[in-house]
Amino acid sequence: MEIQPLIKMANQIGQFFEAWPDPAQARSEIANHLQRFWEPRMRRAIVAHVEQGGEGLALPVRDAVKLLAERQAGH
Amino acid sequence: MNHPDPQARLQPAATVAPITFHRSPDLGTPARESDTLVTLSIDGNEVTVPAGTSLMRAAGLAGCSVPKLCATDSLEPFGSCRLCLVEIDGRRGYPASCTTPAEAGMVVRTQSPRLAELRRGVMELYISDHPLDCLTCAANGDCELQDMAGVVGLREVRYGMTGNDNHFDAEHAAAPDTSNPYFTYDPAKCIVCNRCVRACEETQGTFALTISGRGFESRVTAGAGESFLGSECVSCGACVQACPTATLTEKTVIEQGQAEKSVVTTCAYCGVGCAFEAEVKGNEVVRMVPYKDGQANRGHSCVKGRFAWGYATHPDRIKSPMIRASIDEPWREVSWEEAISHAASEFRRIQAEHGRGAVGGLTSSRCTNEETYLVQKLIRAGFGNNNVDTCARVCHSPTGYGLGQTYGTSAGTQTFDSVQYADVVMVIGANPTDGHPVFGSRLKRRLRQGAKLIVIDPRAIDLVRSPHIAAAHHLKLRPGTNVAVINALAHVIVTEGLVDEAFVAERCDAESFAMWRAFVADPANSPEALEATTGVPVAELRGAARLYATGRSDGTAADLANRRPNGAIYYGLGVTEHSQGSTMVMGIANLAMATGNIGREGVGVNPLRGQNNVQGSCDMGSFPHELPGYRHVSDPLTRALFGEAWGVDIDPEPGLRITNMLEAALDGSFKGLYCQGEDIVQSDPNTQHVEAALREMECVVVQDIFLNETAKFAHVLLPGASFLEKDGTFTNAERRISRVRKVMPPLAGKADWEVTVDLARALGYPMDYAHPSEIMDEIARLTPTFAGVSYERLEELGSIQWPCNAAQPEGTPTMHVAGFVRGKGRFMPTRYVATEEKVNARYPLILTTGRILSQYNVGAQTRRTPNNLWHAEDRLEIHPQDAEERGIHDGDWVGISSRAGETVLRATLTGRVQPGVVYTTFHFPESGANVITTDNSDWATNCPEYKVTAVQVVPVSKPSEWQARFQRFTRRQEDHLRAASADGKVEV
Repeated sequence: MEIQPLIKMANQIGQFFEAWPDPAQARSEIANHLQRFWEPRMRRAIVAHVEQGGEGLALPVRDAVKLLAERQAGH
Repeated sequence: MNHPDPQARLQPAATVAPITFHRSPDLGTPARESDTLVTLSIDGNEVTVPAGTSLMRAAGLAGCSVPKLCATDSLEPFGSCRLCLVEIDGRRGYPASCTTPAEAGMVVRTQSPRLAELRRGVMELYISDHPLDCLTCAANGDCELQDMAGVVGLREVRYGMTGNDNHFDAEHAAAPDTSNPYFTYDPAKCIVCNRCVRACEETQGTFALTISGRGFESRVTAGAGESFLGSECVSCGACVQACPTATLTEKTVIEQGQAEKSVVTTCAYCGVGCAFEAEVKGNEVVRMVPYKDGQANRGHSCVKGRFAWGYATHPDRIKSPMIRASIDEPWREVSWEEAISHAASEFRRIQAEHGRGAVGGLTSSRCTNEETYLVQKLIRAGFGNNNVDTCARVCHSPTGYGLGQTYGTSAGTQTFDSVQYADVVMVIGANPTDGHPVFGSRLKRRLRQGAKLIVIDPRAIDLVRSPHIAAAHHLKLRPGTNVAVINALAHVIVTEGLVDEAFVAERCDAESFAMWRAFVADPANSPEALEATTGVPVAELRGAARLYATGRSDGTAADLANRRPNGAIYYGLGVTEHSQGSTMVMGIANLAMATGNIGREGVGVNPLRGQNNVQGSCDMGSFPHELPGYRHVSDPLTRALFGEAWGVDIDPEPGLRITNMLEAALDGSFKGLYCQGEDIVQSDPNTQHVEAALREMECVVVQDIFLNETAKFAHVLLPGASFLEKDGTFTNAERRISRVRKVMPPLAGKADWEVTVDLARALGYPMDYAHPSEIMDEIARLTPTFAGVSYERLEELGSIQWPCNAAQPEGTPTMHVAGFVRGKGRFMPTRYVATEEKVNARYPLILTTGRILSQYNVGAQTRRTPNNLWHAEDRLEIHPQDAEERGIHDGDWVGISSRAGETVLRATLTGRVQPGVVYTTFHFPESGANVITTDNSDWATNCPEYKVTAVQVVPVSKPSEWQARFQRFTRRQEDHLRAASADGKVEV
């Protein structure tokens, strides 16, 4: 899928959880949101993008996508 | 025998007596509420009523009918006709029973020779000034004057009926006013009972009518002596409903005569979900009358539901299925079998070639619960994926997310009746008098009684100042700064010690509250810090916060510890249609919890749903991530439940949202769409993007009553059925499930649910239902919140507010009474993030969009009615200052350009909008309002940011390029439609 709209959406999700005082919890909430609301081909696209460096994604969002990838891989 | 007053208090559904299709009797004056009951004797019958009840009403409850003309139980007593005189032991004279309150121990007689003589005298005077043309009168058989003449036994009229002593003969009569497209005013038939004037004031709250002149010159006057059409009359029909004669009469009744029967059904327009009696003659609707016992509308209506139903039989209706190989080819009329078979084979081909996830579908909030349930079932069980979405995506999806996160359920908390108990009402991003007019009238009534009003809106909606109503605070914020405003309101409440600590401690999650409290208390969230961002003056914002929390703008409620005022929040799409729509919904939920305004009548968080079945379409599992009853597809127990019932394995992964489907279409991985009753080309943002995505699809199946804008991109067109042509249920903004009842056969032969059943069967997934009631039975079996719902129960109770189950067998009028659905209420921090849609030198203005009273949504229905007389085109509202800078005059054509596109509209100069902000509606496809809106959307739900688009406005002399293309494309598509029918019976 076209990656730019996905980057924008993921960063917006990240901005909401920036208000959470615990970064680990915020990271987990971002990953949960992606897991619960994004269709698999969207998740695959964003995970692949992070695997290639994740350009354009805010750092906490990159971390959250990595967490998502780990969960999907069953880690 | 003792007769308690069944309407003594407007009770929720749970305690209302069973209703039938017959209107409950007119008891003459409204019910009263009182803890004190009085017992009296009327014509020898003992009756007990709440103190304050009129003798007329008490008599009616005791089974004694008192003649009346100026009284009706939807209006306060007036005491003018003198027909309802009674005798009371120990009292002199003959008091009017409508204005005399019942007292304990009274002995009342409603019939005596003297009373009969007096009433005949009164009627003789009335009739001496009334044309005796009963046999040719439109109200013949439905006239209270005629009835009363019979009741009192009038046998002669001794007074002259010609010359100057009347107001109806040819010499003296004023000409009838036929200017309104839906009803006439014939002054010759007026008995000057004032019911129309009082209905306009009390029921509707517009104050458009008055009685001018004296004696035989008395006339009902609209506005300042204007025609009804030219006045501020909003054509709600309350005056017509109240008129006891043929003075105000529906034109359809004049043309068609009285109806033969009536069927109670639910309006297909906004989320109020008014109950109507569809009065029919054969298969033809004569008129729609608001149902007196309707629990959502309490006998009131608006111009859309009351009058704008003619679209159902408009010549544009699609009556035959059609197919074509490409959108550049003419349509070909085919049988239902061929159309369904073709659609099914195309979907299967696409899945075989591009994968199971390459197809999906859309449900519509204009369809019934049963229909939306079947569409999502077809997609999940027949297509084998979760690619289902609904038009709530583009309106209230943030409500579902936000209230789900904070309270645990995706719905409003109250009944509409609840507003009667509100002390402070906060209206945010909603325009109830236009978008939800019947609720708007209820709200205005409460405000006239003294409740305080806060309006948070960039635009001066009518509620800000209208007859006898003025908002205590209008926070005229800059579009896009909602969250900053809600945080500032919360900051004041937290830092000034206005939190309801007891409520929070008992009902809410302590950890989340502590986090939220620390967050909003930060000086960065103070009104002072945010004033430059929001444009809201500090004093106004602090006053509004104090008023909501304490009932006083100065915040000095002395007895706050003992009694808090009831603060109710009503909000609309001005909250949800932002990049922070979900954040704002959570901010509202936080505010209500912090002030203890949840869990009783008069308070709550109330999303005003745009379309009639937004709530229902969401309840029915129309979102790609959840099954009916808001249960996530990843939950194995829920999947197992549905999987077993449906005989399939449910995909555990969420599907694509509308916006994602369009993106996927453009990248080639989504090729087929089943779209029932929805028009994404007109209603969704960035029209050119939507059009491009649809052009990429190989099979678009549209099921609709008209060739809508999306159907012009379709390959299969399946005729839909209007709400008059099918059975089912709608669920309104109060969670109220109401019956839709068929009043005429489907014009194309099939109700929409039957078409979905046929398509599922052709896909190899047979569904077996004989009637929509069986679909509801399945929903009830599989959805705990609907467990107690059935058509039988709906017949018994009239309507039911979910949850309805073993714990709440008659439904749940008020949510979260003893505890939140999720257990403890959860506070969420709501950081303000400015939208990416910024103004700059190229796009210096902000466009925001909205609705108008006379048109509805994409206008497919109302544009095909005389409602166009009030609103024939979408216009751009612009502040005179902005207009002057650009050399724009009222009525000029102006080009509006944004980063997404450009369109042309005519300008209306008005101070309703603030400088820097322009506003338009989206009811006409040729306007292209959504050509300019962008792809920006809510972070959590992808609800489009319709309310904030940076634009430039300049004078122009010709349509935009898009509009020129639109006109060419539309002409071609209409030719293709015309070609479908050899006999030319399809009209365009």
